[in-house]
Amino acid sequence: MTSLPLTRRHLLAGTSSVLALFSVTAHARTYGAGTGLPWEPNGGEPPLPINPQGWLLFTPAEARMVEGIADRMIPADTLSIGGKEAGCAVFVDRQLAGWFGQSTRLYMRPPFMNGLPTQGLQSPNNPILQYRTGLAALEAIAKKQFSNRSFTDLKPDEQDSLLKDMEAGKLEVPDGYSSKAIFDLMLQNIMEGFFADPIYGGNKDLASWKMLGFAGTRYDHRDFVDKHNQKYPLPPVSIAGRARI
Amino acid sequence: MVRKLPSKDVVIIGLCWTGAILAHELTDEGLDVVAIERGPWRDTASDFPPSYAPDELRYAIRGELFLQPKQETFTFRHKPNEMALPIRQFVSFLPGTGVGGAGVHWNGQTWRFLPTDFNLKTHLTSRYGKDFLPADMSIQDWGITYDELEPYYDKFEYLCGTSGKAGNLNGVIQEGGNPFEGPRKRAYPTPPQRQPYGPTLFAKAAIETGHRPFPQPSSNLSQGYTNPLGVTLGECTFCGFCERFGCGNYSKASVQTTILPVLVRKSNFEARTNSEVLKIEKDSTGKKATGVTYIDASGETFFQPADLVIVCAFMLDNARLMLLSGIGKPYDPVSGEGVIGKNYSYQLTSGVTAFFDDKIFNPFIASGAIGMMIDDYNGDNFDHGPMGFVGGGYMGMGQTGARPIQTRPVPPGTPRWGSEWKAATAQHYNSTISFSTHGSNYSYRDAYLDLDPTYKDTHGRPLMRITYDFHDNDLKMSGFLTDQLASIVNAMGAKQVVKSPRKGPYDTSIYQTTHVCGGVIMGEDSATSAVNKYLQSWDASNVFVIGASAFPQNAGYNPTNTVGALAFWAADAIRTQYLKNPGPLVQS
Ligand SMILES: Cc1cc2nc3c(=O)[nH]c(=O)nc-3n(C[C@H](O)[C@H](O)[C@H](O)COP(=O)(O)OP(=O)(O)OC[C@H]3O[C@@H](n4cnc5c(N)ncnc54)[C@H](O)[C@@H]3O)c2cc1C
Ligand code: SF4
Repeated sequence: MTSLPLTRRHLLAGTSSVLALFSVTAHARTYGAGTGLPWEPNGGEPPLPINPQGWLLFTPAEARMVEGIADRMIPADTLSIGGKEAGCAVFVDRQLAGWFGQSTRLYMRPPFMNGLPTQGLQSPNNPILQYRTGLAALEAIAKKQFSNRSFTDLKPDEQDSLLKDMEAGKLEVPDGYSSKAIFDLMLQNIMEGFFADPIYGGNKDLASWKMLGFAGTRYDHRDFVDKHNQKYPLPPVSIAGRARI
Repeated sequence: MVRKLPSKDVVIIGLCWTGAILAHELTDEGLDVVAIERGPWRDTASDFPPSYAPDELRYAIRGELFLQPKQETFTFRHKPNEMALPIRQFVSFLPGTGVGGAGVHWNGQTWRFLPTDFNLKTHLTSRYGKDFLPADMSIQDWGITYDELEPYYDKFEYLCGTSGKAGNLNGVIQEGGNPFEGPRKRAYPTPPQRQPYGPTLFAKAAIETGHRPFPQPSSNLSQGYTNPLGVTLGECTFCGFCERFGCGNYSKASVQTTILPVLVRKSNFEARTNSEVLKIEKDSTGKKATGVTYIDASGETFFQPADLVIVCAFMLDNARLMLLSGIGKPYDPVSGEGVIGKNYSYQLTSGVTAFFDDKIFNPFIASGAIGMMIDDYNGDNFDHGPMGFVGGGYMGMGQTGARPIQTRPVPPGTPRWGSEWKAATAQHYNSTISFSTHGSNYSYRDAYLDLDPTYKDTHGRPLMRITYDFHDNDLKMSGFLTDQLASIVNAMGAKQVVKSPRKGPYDTSIYQTTHVCGGVIMGEDSATSAVNKYLQSWDASNVFVIGASAFPQNAGYNPTNTVGALAFWAADAIRTQYLKNPGPLVQS
């Protein structure tokens, strides 16, 4: 994005004050009364391409673990690069540092009670707490089961066996948490990172979209809609307008 | 301190499809109208331009355009004896907020209900006998006929520019259209959209198996169109970011692309955004509304007096506002008496997925409403006598866009992660298609809305409580539809066909549809309905409540064409009858 003039938004995007952007409050306004459509320059809220340097939320150790997990969930092979190289951990870090990490937009009023699964999310613990708790539990069990080795030092199949335990809800976690719920959250977010637009930090070089044959954000398929059973000929593009970020 | 504002002729709660239609019609009548909308102003150029509208994470996953539960949510339980808990994040249905409401991010599937959907109770009992219906089923006639509503369906479709093929023109069945639809006076305003490969294959298989497929009526326009208001929409580009997204091309009918440019230029119209109505106020008789109290984003509270109050706040909020304002008697599931909150209904959807090895579908070339459908198993289009259930739905293949965070079909048994998962994902993405059924949901005595005793919103007011579960009749109906669909799909020669029938209990953690209905239902009798056939409150004649809240039960179609038609119908009644002689339009 260097060819664009640096706006306040872009400057903020590079710093840890990225959180501040989400606290902008809405103002009541009156429209109409014969004034026509309200239009103001720069009225939009374009997304902020993230700066991949450093970590906003994870400690370096947590970040290495999430990178390791991303590489087990999305292993590098002939189909695509792995989750770590694709930037999935960076993606998750930035999501957790934004409103998502604190469940800011959800209904978080008490009382919190255990509901039926069909009553959906009921935990008072936001995603940041879920990650912190889950990663600590995973590290503890790695050390216990594999003679004091860190999760990140385990062999891939050893990591897989712990992740499968976690997925099955068999990992010991503090009261009020479920290792299955934490695993599901991590899986959801890492997949989001791999398949979302690369401006959010994952899906480096559109790796996943190329793998699938997804056209990305081209937005106009009129020429191809009735070319039935034919391979779509163009490479994907991202919101940033190009195939490489 | 409540600040009292100068009086208006009309106050409208919610600036969405219904709110904008009423505002347009009543300002045309010369009335001074203010619309109060709890969300922000939204417009194509600033909120979803093509440069960043196609953002799956932001819009479809994080739900940027949807109501945030922090602002308002609902509590949910299956049965009256359970504890309701708050829906802390929206999944099963996705209420809208802001100018345009959910009409900004709808798909544009634009269906009419069947003539027999409107006199449902009378029709079913006369065809099958009274004892055919389950004892606790509480379906009712609407108090309005298809023929009465037809001109208003026409109005909404011509407002939107809906693309489709008529199936019944003045009683004459048209080749290639839906032969089961009620008679329409004229063709759709624009021809059907072009179809991708999958829907075309489905249509072929449907014909081979003795069905009558037709293009789904779509308000993603097949060509440029200028509506009767003089507003022009563009041609849909099959961008594939439609459902859950705003359209960057001005091609999806919405308040923004059909009404707003005209409405905001009128000197007798005003919209106030980021302002939430807390209550409809009544005079000392309790029979007349005096206006509304609302709070704006700065926390200041206002009283807006008005002669007419039009409630257009989405069906759940319509019912909630009526309960919070004490207009109409709350429904009691034990006695079956009372009307506000009565007959909450939903939609029973299900799916079938077909995995091919040898085909390329390009599933991302899509629009919210393209597709080929059949209506052979909807409503009472087939004999229910031998079935042991009532109801039905349409089904077929709609290609709404395989955006990759949400849509990565893999055969059952595939792991959720790791090498095997990735190989299956890459293999099947482009060679798999999904089909769906869109079934009715009839109403029951124990499915209703009331105010929650425990959970409150940001203003300290009780949340709305939803008590709802699927009933056997409807699950049976949905199972039947799924089987019929699968047997057509089986004729397509896929390598593997997987059925996903809808199963009970109702699960709020799975997306189904945002077609929630009922709560302020219309009808012929003030003892069994909350509003009369003109959507006028039986209890306060200067209050009209517009939306799917009026549906006594839900049919096997998406609601918005019917909601839009009811909005035009009610507006017409206000213009031609109510204003001449303000008071009840139907004697209770
Ligand atoms: C993802 C999705 C896809 C859909 N696809 C289809 C489809 O293909 N076909 C179809 O027929 N239907 C579809 N629908 C449903 C369709 O969007 C709704 O039927 C339609 O928008 C209803 O219009 P409405 O005017 O009744 O209210 P809404 O669009 O729900 O708007 C209500 C408005 O009222 C405002 N409001 C609420 N409470 C207050 C208050 N207290 N004070 C002030 N303002 C308030 C809200 O902010 C909102 O703007 C879809 C819905 C969703 C979410
Ligand atoms: S599919 Fe068509 S109507 Fe829908 S958002 Fe894209 S261009 Fe607009």
